[in-house]
Amino acid sequence: MIKGNEHHTKKQSAKPMVVLLSFYAGYLVISKIMAFEPGIKMGDHLIFFAIDMFKLFPPAFVLVGLFMIWVNKETVEKFFGEASGIMGYVAAIALACTTLYPFVVVLPMGAALSKKGARLSIVLTYLGATAICRIPMTIFEASYLGIKFSMIRYAVSLPLIILSSVIIEKIVGKDYMATNHLLDLE
Amino acid sequence: MTYLYALASIGILTSSVANKQKTVKALKMAWGLFIKMLPMLLITLSMVSIILYFFPDDVIAKYLGTNDLLLGALFASLIGAISLLPGFITFPLCGLLREQGVSYTVLGAFTTSLMMVGIVTYPIEKKYFGAKLTIIRNLAAYTIALMVSAIIGIIYMEVQ
Repeated sequence: MIKGNEHHTKKQSAKPMVVLLSFYAGYLVISKIMAFEPGIKMGDHLIFFAIDMFKLFPPAFVLVGLFMIWVNKETVEKFFGEASGIMGYVAAIALACTTLYPFVVVLPMGAALSKKGARLSIVLTYLGATAICRIPMTIFEASYLGIKFSMIRYAVSLPLIILSSVIIEKIVGKDYMATNHLLDLE
Repeated sequence: MTYLYALASIGILTSSVANKQKTVKALKMAWGLFIKMLPMLLITLSMVSIILYFFPDDVIAKYLGTNDLLLGALFASLIGAISLLPGFITFPLCGLLREQGVSYTVLGAFTTSLMMVGIVTYPIEKKYFGAKLTIIRNLAAYTIALMVSAIIGIIYMEVQ
């Protein structure tokens, strides 16, 4: 029953997006034909970013898919669940450091962790930490701004991320994901 | 990127050796997740392409180069929050800004809010985590970005 309703709302919400996208696509094509400068530039940016992102997608989504099928609930609960305590946050940060894919793929991964029984504050720590402490990104950053800069950023933001995750969990409630029907990913 | 492809290939290979059916299921799951996200993703990329037209690199550089540290940090954090630049653009840009004399305080605000706050990815995040959590999480992330910037300023002795 609930599932049926959800599908209904999803179909409703996808339509305006497709209309909007068609308009934008039309605008870009017409700009190209009429040699309208702003439109051409926007189109170039769009293609540039789309290629940059989409080339990371196949492997990133495959990894999330494999994670969802192979990693069982018990394992996730053990490392990231209620009982994991402080080590759960450490594990979340460790997982975040090795992240190779863009933030938009981190989101379903975080949702998958939630679905498999990870504690909300630990999922939030994972989301926050993927933004600031990916190792490949940090190496890149340090080469331009110096290692000291990156180290300060880590040292200041990681404790704040854990703290804010705990506070946010308190605000929205431990069962936020379940009560808002956000665990149905398929 | 090569590592990511290597990792995924090893994953698929190991998985198929262990269980073919499960692998097919995982790939179907991956495809499903991707398709579900696609419209939202295209909207996001379209928005980025429009925003970047109005705020190109050199305009960003001009705003961040202000002498007023507080104003610069605020600008930087706001620009960081609304844009979605890939790392290979962000960090060379930051290196360039640094050479032009832009303070670490401002760069700290820019990079941290750029990485942590996602206004353009809001519709995607909302889909997985709901509006309430997405808004609170981003507000918290923005606050953290400002704090990181302030402490970087203190450590580099730019803030008096």
